[in-house]
Amino acid sequence: MASPPNPQPIGSPDPNDNLPLVLVHRLPQFTTTFNHWLQPHFRILEPSDPSFSIRSKTVRALFCMGPTPVNSETLDQFPSVECVVGTSAGIDHIDLAECNRRRVMVTNAGDAFSEDVADYAVGLLIDVLRRVSAADRFVRGGLWAVNGEYPLGSKVGGKRIGIVGLGSIGSMVAKRLEPFGCIIAYNSRRKKLNVPFPYYSTVQDLATNSDALILCCSLTSETRHLINKDVMMALGKKGVVINVGRGALVDEKELVEFLVQGEIAGAGLDVFEDEPNVPKELFGLDNVVLSPHKAVTTPESIERLRKAIVGNLDAFFANKPLLSQVKFE
Amino acid sequence: MDNVGVLMLCPISSYLEQELNKRFKLLKFWPITSKTEFLKENSNYIRAVVGNSACGADSELIDSLPKLEIVSSYSVGVDKIDLVKCKERGIRVTNTPDVLTDDVADLAIGLAIATLRKICVSDGFVRNGLWKNRDFELTTKFSGKSVGIVGLGRIGSAIAKRAEAFGCSLSYHSRSQKLDINYKYYSNIINLATNCEILIVACSLTEESRHIINREVINALGPKGIIINVGRGAHVDELELVSALLEGRLGGAGLDVFENEPDVPEQLFGLENVVLVSHVGSDTVETCKAMADLVIENLEAYFMNKTLVTSVV
Repeated sequence: MASPPNPQPIGSPDPNDNLPLVLVHRLPQFTTTFNHWLQPHFRILEPSDPSFSIRSKTVRALFCMGPTPVNSETLDQFPSVECVVGTSAGIDHIDLAECNRRRVMVTNAGDAFSEDVADYAVGLLIDVLRRVSAADRFVRGGLWAVNGEYPLGSKVGGKRIGIVGLGSIGSMVAKRLEPFGCIIAYNSRRKKLNVPFPYYSTVQDLATNSDALILCCSLTSETRHLINKDVMMALGKKGVVINVGRGALVDEKELVEFLVQGEIAGAGLDVFEDEPNVPKELFGLDNVVLSPHKAVTTPESIERLRKAIVGNLDAFFANKPLLSQVKFE
Repeated sequence: MDNVGVLMLCPISSYLEQELNKRFKLLKFWPITSKTEFLKENSNYIRAVVGNSACGADSELIDSLPKLEIVSSYSVGVDKIDLVKCKERGIRVTNTPDVLTDDVADLAIGLAIATLRKICVSDGFVRNGLWKNRDFELTTKFSGKSVGIVGLGRIGSAIAKRAEAFGCSLSYHSRSQKLDINYKYYSNIINLATNCEILIVACSLTEESRHIINREVINALGPKGIIINVGRGAHVDELELVSALLEGRLGGAGLDVFENEPDVPEQLFGLENVVLVSHVGSDTVETCKAMADLVIENLEAYFMNKTLVTSVV
């Protein structure tokens, strides 16, 4: 009887393996992997694989662990890639224009995170207006018994909320805030049909007519520093900025200046221009709520992400429409 | 009406003091050291009392004010007022419903999100420089969770309306079932707690509802459940709540009220699954003015022999 074949070392090519091949693209400093999500369905290819130099030239699908960049260099390195599957809603680290030029399809997390981000945006807004975190510090510091008096907050109802970017997240924020009695308006690249809220064609106009701006749009070359000095001046001294998009949507230096000088009333920030660095001037402010980029991180949304990733890859290999393709516009 | 003595029991707002002063003879109770003396000297012309959720016209005070005709409370809850005695003596009582409903409901939802998503904790995480070393842990989703409301009155209904927009399923416990409401009704609060993940207390404080959230209810809610209290501290058996949180029998709590304000059990200060705020349910600039205006409106109506706007008794 022939002896059983030697067990194959992990990662080496198994000629009997029929699973589709997926290249895992991640920066070396990312120690977490999603390989356990991929391995039940796909054959993964990593730089440590002995056949990498060969297979990387023919692999058709690239799994990009955000925010590992995918740019023209990457696509030159892996010339057969036809589909890039991302792990986040925001994919500003993927050169969409370049992918489009090479007819490489790109998918993101789709709706996987939208509800959690929308919840978080509302949570941040209530926290800033009603001073929840500040009051929590006040109580834990033993100050309630001593000081008694505590500054009043501001009512959520009746506030004019300007949503910047009425995509999946923005729409969910709007839906949540309506029963609070908020008045919703928005700015987007284009006016949306069948939306009951007033549209403003510029963020400046939106800001002029809002008490709070909630940033839910993607970061592109057009939206970088969208919230600048002029917009914040238009928003005014009683205005509030909530950012659950990307740090770079806001001119952070200006925002800090406005907050420190009292030129806007407050901010709730889940994202920053240079994470995990957060401007120290904000640490002493009670009208600011700071959050370490965690609007998406719930076990529920992680599971939805897993489904989106596996679903997109399955669809790609079956030549079916992708679940959450991001089109270049 | 400036010969009508109005006794204000505790500091509320300078706006309210100012407006009372314009119309009546305002006397402030809280700075007085010898209160019994003061009452003896002034009781002849004190015809109205203004209190709030902390200070009310209790039995003793009512007895020392023989000319008292109306108690106007700057609150919706009237648990600090001896309503029975007021009824007996024909003393009118007014409160401030509706104007604060939205604020309290907003806060209840804000506390629920803050508790589940650890917003306050992670703010501290950033301020203490910890983000530089590691990411924050996962926190559990709010949308879609089952919400159980204790007391489906004005505030409870407003909370339910908001929670619906987050895809939460709603159920409630009340003294009686509301026939025009679609939410699932539980006549037994233990069953409500067993069947929900977020239990929100929004009922009034009465003899029956004191410590309505007890050990049994807390255990039924369980280690993944959270309690949000925007009612009164005494709705919850606070000692039981604290031990349940410390032992992990309860998942978390968002508390605006406590049994003995402003004292808050210090064992809660080190917990990351609680949010503690200082009875700020209606503390917004807009609502405080509206509440003060309503107190004034009721007093003016009374002393001008008109119908009271929002009377309880």
